[in-house]
Amino acid sequence: MKDDIQTREDRVSNLKGLGSSRKRVEDARFTQGKGNYVDDIKMPGMLHGDFVRSPHAHARVKSINIEQAMALDGVVAVLTAKDLEPLNLHWMPTLAGDKQMVLADGKVLFQGQEVAFVVARDRYVAADAVELVEVEYEELPVLVNPFAALESEVVLREDLEAGADGAHGPRKHHNHIFLWEEGDKVATEQVLDNAEVVAEETVYYHRTHPCPLETCGTVASMDKVNGKLTLYGTFQAPHVVRTVASILSGIEEHNIRVVSPDIGGGFGNKVGVYPGYVCAIVASIVTGAPVKWVEDRMENLMATAFARDYWMKGRISATREGKITGLHCHVTADHGAFDACADPTKYPAGFFHICTGSYDIPVAYVGVDGVYTNKAPGGVAYRCSFRVTEAAYFIERMIEVLAIELDMDAAELRRINFIKKEQFPYQSALGWEYDSGNYHTAWDKALEAVQYNHLRKEQAERVEAFKKGETRKLLGIGLTFFTEIVGAGPVKNCDILGMGMFDSCEIRIHPTGSAIARLGTISQGQGHATTFAQILATEIGLPADSITVEEGDTDTAPYGLGTYGSRSTPVAGAATALAGRKIRAKAQMIAAYLLEVHDDDVEFDVDRFVVKGAPERFKTMKEIAFAAYNQAIPGVEPGLEAVSYYDPPNMTYPFGAYICVMEIDVDTGTTEIRQFYALDDCGTRINPMVIEGQVHGGLTEAFAIAMGQEIAYDELGNCKTGTLMDFFIPTSWETPHYTTDHTETPSPHHPIGAKGVGESPNVGGVPAFSNAVHDAFRPFGLRHANMPHDHWRVWKIANDLGLHV
Amino acid sequence: MPDKMHIQLTVNGRNEEFLAEPRELLIHTLRERMNITGPHVGCETSHCGACTVIVNDKAIKACTMFVAQANGSEITTIEGLGNPDSLHVLQESFREHHGLQCGYCTPGMITRATKLLEETPNPTEEEVRFGMAGNLCRCTGYQNIVKSILAAAAQMNAAQEAAE
Repeated sequence: MKDDIQTREDRVSNLKGLGSSRKRVEDARFTQGKGNYVDDIKMPGMLHGDFVRSPHAHARVKSINIEQAMALDGVVAVLTAKDLEPLNLHWMPTLAGDKQMVLADGKVLFQGQEVAFVVARDRYVAADAVELVEVEYEELPVLVNPFAALESEVVLREDLEAGADGAHGPRKHHNHIFLWEEGDKVATEQVLDNAEVVAEETVYYHRTHPCPLETCGTVASMDKVNGKLTLYGTFQAPHVVRTVASILSGIEEHNIRVVSPDIGGGFGNKVGVYPGYVCAIVASIVTGAPVKWVEDRMENLMATAFARDYWMKGRISATREGKITGLHCHVTADHGAFDACADPTKYPAGFFHICTGSYDIPVAYVGVDGVYTNKAPGGVAYRCSFRVTEAAYFIERMIEVLAIELDMDAAELRRINFIKKEQFPYQSALGWEYDSGNYHTAWDKALEAVQYNHLRKEQAERVEAFKKGETRKLLGIGLTFFTEIVGAGPVKNCDILGMGMFDSCEIRIHPTGSAIARLGTISQGQGHATTFAQILATEIGLPADSITVEEGDTDTAPYGLGTYGSRSTPVAGAATALAGRKIRAKAQMIAAYLLEVHDDDVEFDVDRFVVKGAPERFKTMKEIAFAAYNQAIPGVEPGLEAVSYYDPPNMTYPFGAYICVMEIDVDTGTTEIRQFYALDDCGTRINPMVIEGQVHGGLTEAFAIAMGQEIAYDELGNCKTGTLMDFFIPTSWETPHYTTDHTETPSPHHPIGAKGVGESPNVGGVPAFSNAVHDAFRPFGLRHANMPHDHWRVWKIANDLGLHV
Repeated sequence: MPDKMHIQLTVNGRNEEFLAEPRELLIHTLRERMNITGPHVGCETSHCGACTVIVNDKAIKACTMFVAQANGSEITTIEGLGNPDSLHVLQESFREHHGLQCGYCTPGMITRATKLLEETPNPTEEEVRFGMAGNLCRCTGYQNIVKSILAAAAQMNAAQEAAE
């Protein structure tokens, strides 16, 4: 094939490989209403499941009467814990080593807990029948505060043996789950006791919820003739679901097919295993018909997967010049009724010990106490790697508080404490090895971009004007420099329920030079079908447009641990590149044979192998693909396929500098984001358009969390934020405009140097918004005020500072 | 259980007649009865707009309208706005400007945007942001949705001018 009319540049751009803002291949179906989400799936004879849920946060279940419900026309079954017990499915293991009731077994522990599962002809009949199930409760004392829970005589988890160890070691009280520690406690305390300056603060990161627009759901179909179970569902980790389903049900794994179809956003909500999945499976086995369960929004907000709820008590020490010398942190972690966090087994507080942040802190200690309360279980990583948002928020607030203590500019305080470029790979005091970074360069670029010094001058003038009574608006400059930790494994450190956190890619090249690649991950909007094809295009020299990417069907895709914690690009992306290199290695042998030269005498160039020193002699990858199948080559098997299972040597450490400029009306508490600048460094950039989109979205979720979103309970354990009326999701109207920027510091250990980006904007965004609020009131004496900074709470800050007099 | 009603709808140009309980929600009529699964259910309380369809020329949220209320109406969903051979300008524009990620809100967004651009053919960014505030998106942060709609407006206006 002769195509030398094309320049090399043309050939590169034709691939739409790494660095191309390639338009998304997913969009055709989504823009035409042809996506295929779980609730779109219909099967012949399909039944619908719906839950009877507890109205109480803590109560004994005295009796359940299903007679009237069963009498309703169209009702097929009503399952209670008694029906699940013979199958040993009335409880299920959680991802955190605890166990959780599938259906109320004797008592309920949070409002909205699953009590009975109605199976009916359609969703209307199921909903009617839910109303007809009579449950008699005896109310028990409710514990919604974790500090009170640790003092209380009320035993929440009567199923746990008193005094016995939990999954993460000794429990010091019947409502205590674990104490997890990292770092040198004694040395840290010594440093703090003798420090020149110490700043102390308790920072609460409130309870919130990922709330993807599509709620959780499943369609379970047990084919009793062939003994095969098919499970469609909103699963961020379909392969893990298959393994867990096999262990729980006793159905051999080859007889279970799990499919994650299109997923309408995940953000951590769809990592866990929920009672609805188990009940749908059981109901399908019992009835012999497919059973669909899709939760409604209220159920989603009340029962599946809250996030955060960390009380973080910190002490940070420094020299008078501002050099940080030590960090001490104790967390009281409210895990709700069951410990259902989705953290790697070894880390019950996730990667919270990344909380030394971007700073060179010589000594540190972290202790986390997990506590049971009468709230929904969860503790998922809502658009972040495990507990990294909590860690980033903590350190970025502590830096601000220390700046106040030192009477120092917070930008400067950050600068003098950043880990220096030449210190990478950097060993943190809490045990992490940061792979690469160039923080000073990024910080200078960000400060320059927003004209930081001008902003500070304007702010000072504003404070003067305010004091003179010339304005009632304050100006806040919210600074954040964050470091993320994403891409779990390595397997030696990270597993979930014993399943090592590697990931995978399998590639099959077709004879005409197109390809299909399958991965162990699953896109929930990130655009994997677009971006993973780009990685491959650059690696194997076939256009991205000729490469199909498939995920989410456990019958076809290689085993992988799924998509969460920004792990797809760092782990499955690496597997993709390495599988591509295996393809290329075989292609090289084929090319050399076709060109009648030694293997070492050809080299890869964009989309072909050329004879070294004779660029006019080449074979394109398309030609090689055809030859791979159709030409008998001595010593070479026909075909062109590869698979790679990748266990990363380390995690990747994306970082960024965010600056939020906020106007605050002191009298109404209303806030307006005047400017938001976001610089991200995610290493090698695969698709700048997709990266920018991820940053916009993550910042908006951060905006929501910082400025109003919360899952709140009253003292009786009633969830006060069960609908979108009460649970804040910003609209296009209040969402600010963002300016994005980047630096590019590749990961030294990732095959293409990429780090992962989807969650950085949430990790860095929350402290940036929150620090802006704090910064506006700093001249008036504010040290710390807990989020969310909704209008009322901002008004309250002003009021407490005496600014309304 | 109340008696079933005779319902007549015109959906994406097709006449549909059937018996339904009056409490049946229009979104379920479309999704479950007619397999029109473009419009989605996101909240069931009118907040998110994933279920937006056009009923008698108005963009409405089909999750909180009974089919009985829609009796006799003409309904257009995302499936009726364009087809693979001839996409609506907005459908192209959302793809071009990365105005979607997971795609769950997209049919409702585009459907609402068609009416917005009919009502306000040459909107400012502020008008788009205000006019789209009934449709929630969790993925994009709206910036590229706004960009997509403004670009579509410009393109539609240019085409209009060329035609005149």
